[in-house]
Amino acid sequence: MSGIEHGLNEVLGRTFPFPRRHFLSVLDLNPVDVAALLDLAEGFVRLNRQAAKSLDLLKGRTLINLFFENSTRTQSSFELAAKRLGADTINMSPGGSSIAKGETLIDTAVTLNAMRPDILVIRHAASGAASLLAQKVSCSVINAGDGQHEHPTQALLDALSMRRAFGRIAGLRVAICGDILHSRVARSNVGLLQMMGAEVRLVGPPTLIPAQADRWGVQVFNDMRQGIAGCDVVMMLRLQLERMDGAFAPSPREYFRFWGLDREKLGAAADHVKVMHPGPMNRGVEIDSDVADDLTVSLIQDQVEMGVAARMAILAALAARLENA
Amino acid sequence: MSASAHRPLAILNARILDPASGLDASGALFARDGVIEAVVAGSDPGAVGPDHEVIDAGGSLLIPGLVDLRAKTGEPGFETRETLRSASEAAAAGGVTTFVVQPDTDPVIDEASVVDFIRRRARDSSLVNILPAGAATQGCLGERMAEIGLMAEAGCVYVTDADRPIMNSKVMRRVLAYAKGFGMLVAHRPADPWLSEGAAATSGEFAGRMGLPSAPPEAEKIMLERDLALVEMTGARLLADQVTTACALESLERGKRRGLPVFASTSINHLTFNEIDIGDYRTFLKLDPPVRSEGDRQAVIEALSSGLIDVVVSAHAPAPPEDKRLPYSEATPGAVGLQTLLSALLTFHHEGRISLMDLIAAVTVRPADLLGLPCGRLSRGAPADLVLCDLNAPVVVDPDVLKSRSRNTPFDGRRLQGAVQGTFVAGRSVFRS
Repeated sequence: MSGIEHGLNEVLGRTFPFPRRHFLSVLDLNPVDVAALLDLAEGFVRLNRQAAKSLDLLKGRTLINLFFENSTRTQSSFELAAKRLGADTINMSPGGSSIAKGETLIDTAVTLNAMRPDILVIRHAASGAASLLAQKVSCSVINAGDGQHEHPTQALLDALSMRRAFGRIAGLRVAICGDILHSRVARSNVGLLQMMGAEVRLVGPPTLIPAQADRWGVQVFNDMRQGIAGCDVVMMLRLQLERMDGAFAPSPREYFRFWGLDREKLGAAADHVKVMHPGPMNRGVEIDSDVADDLTVSLIQDQVEMGVAARMAILAALAARLENA
Repeated sequence: MSASAHRPLAILNARILDPASGLDASGALFARDGVIEAVVAGSDPGAVGPDHEVIDAGGSLLIPGLVDLRAKTGEPGFETRETLRSASEAAAAGGVTTFVVQPDTDPVIDEASVVDFIRRRARDSSLVNILPAGAATQGCLGERMAEIGLMAEAGCVYVTDADRPIMNSKVMRRVLAYAKGFGMLVAHRPADPWLSEGAAATSGEFAGRMGLPSAPPEAEKIMLERDLALVEMTGARLLADQVTTACALESLERGKRRGLPVFASTSINHLTFNEIDIGDYRTFLKLDPPVRSEGDRQAVIEALSSGLIDVVVSAHAPAPPEDKRLPYSEATPGAVGLQTLLSALLTFHHEGRISLMDLIAAVTVRPADLLGLPCGRLSRGAPADLVLCDLNAPVVVDPDVLKSRSRNTPFDGRRLQGAVQGTFVAGRSVFRS
């Protein structure tokens, strides 16, 4: 315990003055920030595996989870991360709140801000919502997913999972597969992985690849076997079922035939390939259970564990910049 | 103000520029009883009567008052956004002496009584001339034709469904054919409604990275191509409302070359801004049509320079904070523009991209001629709607000095060159800086 605390202090105090008040986009980070956050998160992984998981780094601080979109995983991950650092947390979701009565996002945020929370974690269906909020409130804002734009904490936890599996991120060949068009996870991962020196590929049907994605510095593939050939990591994305009824893909079964990850397609990847998925999974649609549940290739459970540690690292980094800190 | 309405006006020592006649010379302008009496080039203005109100322009630019074919207010129905009065104050301060309001109000301007209401309200409350456009279809719903003939009698100057494209080609064909019988211009937004559905940005790398729903430029081309075919079929006059893309301009050029009676506008915003200006989701840049790529913007400037695009509009669309202080995809599109139109347009003169004569023509005589209005020119007998402008004065756009009830200007903080010094409507001063 004391060793971890010592390590934490070392990282926080000496080598890592995090320069920002908010955590909104991976593009706000630089490779030094990312490496330091990952180092910090490693410490929290060890802490979280102990019986005594609590620190008092955020003692007396309040974190509000403001989730306009439902999310069990991300919301509980943030809640747990904050509680393990000693913060008080409350969860707010639009059902039953003033949002339903026509109050705008900003009015809601300004109202909550007036209650003097220290950190606001927001998830919202509109791209740019977190950034908009950050301009209007005095507390720190963490983007837990804004529309189809970014999900930076997911990218950090994915990077943590990859670094632990391979010992590095630079030089990894990563294929991100599926619904790139609507995916904030894909956008944040592309930004962060490229920053850390990975080679990123995007794989999916033409209808689900954004216009001019080839200008993002990635290689774009429509054929999945070609796309994942030789890849160290295959990251599958969730495809919402309503998008497979003829709108973006003709049917779930056709989608699975060409872009679902099964053993046969996975054979094209590197022998040591790891499979990732941000969850929740559509089993049998974008990923075969046989692959998802094979712990020798699947990092999916690791990702959930790393999620708590990565979010603790982000909270710890922001702690130094909080008001009255 | 009322006193000066009766006194004849003499503006001396001005650089008089009139695209209608091609005049660009120093001289004097005389007006009496609301109309232009004489334009005298040269240093000797001749006899100035003792009853004249004399203005020494000190070499400033004197041009016809601007004619803006596309503005919205909030009246009737959304007066918190803008009233005819507040829009007219913004117009006067921007040198716009005539503007056409769009019909998508509440109630919609789709029958003669609403046309009449706008004309009377404008007469009673406005500083400048406000003319109504009528709806092409009832309720601007694109289904059944509005009473185009009765609205024409009541004084609507063209018909349009404003921002809403008429999807049904049969309806559009009949609107064009029917309007032609009344000599009525039809303005139509070229946008394929399915490709544009829900779009907040133009398709491309920027929208992709920002995760914004987008419409491809081809959505504009597809609808314009349909409209050109219908114009060829019916022979009706069509104004393509805000052409903003290179690919649609190709279609427009082909249509014009075939001699079709088709005209095009673009907005000052699409001449000035590109998608990158959206930056960190600046909702003041959320427009309809969306701001385009830099390549498209350059093509639009080129088309204005060559005359392929006939007129420039302000696309004035007031939106209060509650409509703009929202996530980008949820914010109301539109920007105010009446007050900044002239200053912003002069950018292309100062950059040496477009001649001053061509620029001013696009906001005076060309839009006036499209509607058959006598204004927009400095000829004897024309209305004395005038603007005095210091061509070189630096301007920093400050939203707090905008006269519009809404301050949603994408020019916020922008440095422009060229300031309106005075505006006259029918020989009467309506704005003095």
